[in-house]
Amino acid sequence: MIFVSLFITFFEIGLFGFGGGYGMLSLIQHETVEAHHWLSTSEFTDIVAISQMTPGPIGINSATYCGYTAIHNAGYGHLVSILGSATATFALVLPSLILMILISKMFMKYMNTSLVQSIFTGLRPAVVGLLAAAPCCFATPRTSLHLSRILGSLVSVAPFLWLPLLVQVILKSIPSA
Amino acid sequence: MNIYWDSFKTFFHIGIFTLGGGYAMIPLIEEEVVNKKKWVTKDEMLDLIAIAQSCPGVFAINIATFIGYKLRKTRGAICTTLGTALPSFLIILAIAMFFSQFKDNKVVAAMFRGIRPAVVALIAVPTFNLGKRAKLNWYTIWIPIACALAIWALGVSPIYIIMIAAVGGYIYGRINKTSCNS
Repeated sequence: MIFVSLFITFFEIGLFGFGGGYGMLSLIQHETVEAHHWLSTSEFTDIVAISQMTPGPIGINSATYCGYTAIHNAGYGHLVSILGSATATFALVLPSLILMILISKMFMKYMNTSLVQSIFTGLRPAVVGLLAAAPCCFATPRTSLHLSRILGSLVSVAPFLWLPLLVQVILKSIPSA
Repeated sequence: MNIYWDSFKTFFHIGIFTLGGGYAMIPLIEEEVVNKKKWVTKDEMLDLIAIAQSCPGVFAINIATFIGYKLRKTRGAICTTLGTALPSFLIILAIAMFFSQFKDNKVVAAMFRGIRPAVVALIAVPTFNLGKRAKLNWYTIWIPIACALAIWALGVSPIYIIMIAAVGGYIYGRINKTSCNS
């Protein structure tokens, strides 16, 4: 059962992991540490450190390691854990493989349309935030409810922060009018 | 030589010799695939990098899949992807098996207690680099801050952040279009 959820989790990470391996780290952390409790925060931090020190893409390295440790922590032996790391790595690579083949087939037809471009306008800054969240989570495992409440009320006003963007749009439209 | 074996071997080499993640692979891939093997041209390589960056997934895998598909369709894509992923997989597997036995060793444990704070700095650098490439300005700087806070302080799943950001970008694009037309 843990293999199925390992596969689904890393498939999701591969599908939603924008910004390369580094951009994936907060996704991997959220899923493996907080959502599924497969690893502890310090274990995950060690995995990130080792993934950076060894050759190869960070995303593949950390997925392989997380898969292994997750199964190992569940009480299985080495051989079964190897199967876990294979499952996680395969699941992470699969969405890339499918998506890139599809894009090659359609020969980048849709990549330069305004729809795709405007979606990426929103994604690019968000991915920077995703990356910034990863070290915050290592540094402070969320324990203080107080702090999160204060921040929570601050973040709830976030929708209003779209206003500067609207201002920018209006400012842009004035000279053309 | 068999092209499947050749492409697998080339990307296996690239996978072994890159330290520091996908972006460090670009010069190696250019040297092997553009200059030596001439599987793709220099211009194609630039487009390829742009597409691989904007697609989800591991950057290096995206590039490898794309080049493999160009060579020999789906089978080629599987060869190059396997070639890129396999060295990482084997090396990490060896370390994972080794490390789980030595984790409780006092020296190793102390070493990793020292490394942990450094990991924060190691990720801070690519964060700023990515911020530069995303061309953040005073109008957009709040987006990464709000996203990071939502994940860190509220425990929102990054998957929702990605979805909201995509929808937000789409809406922004629509508003931008209509306000320019009017």
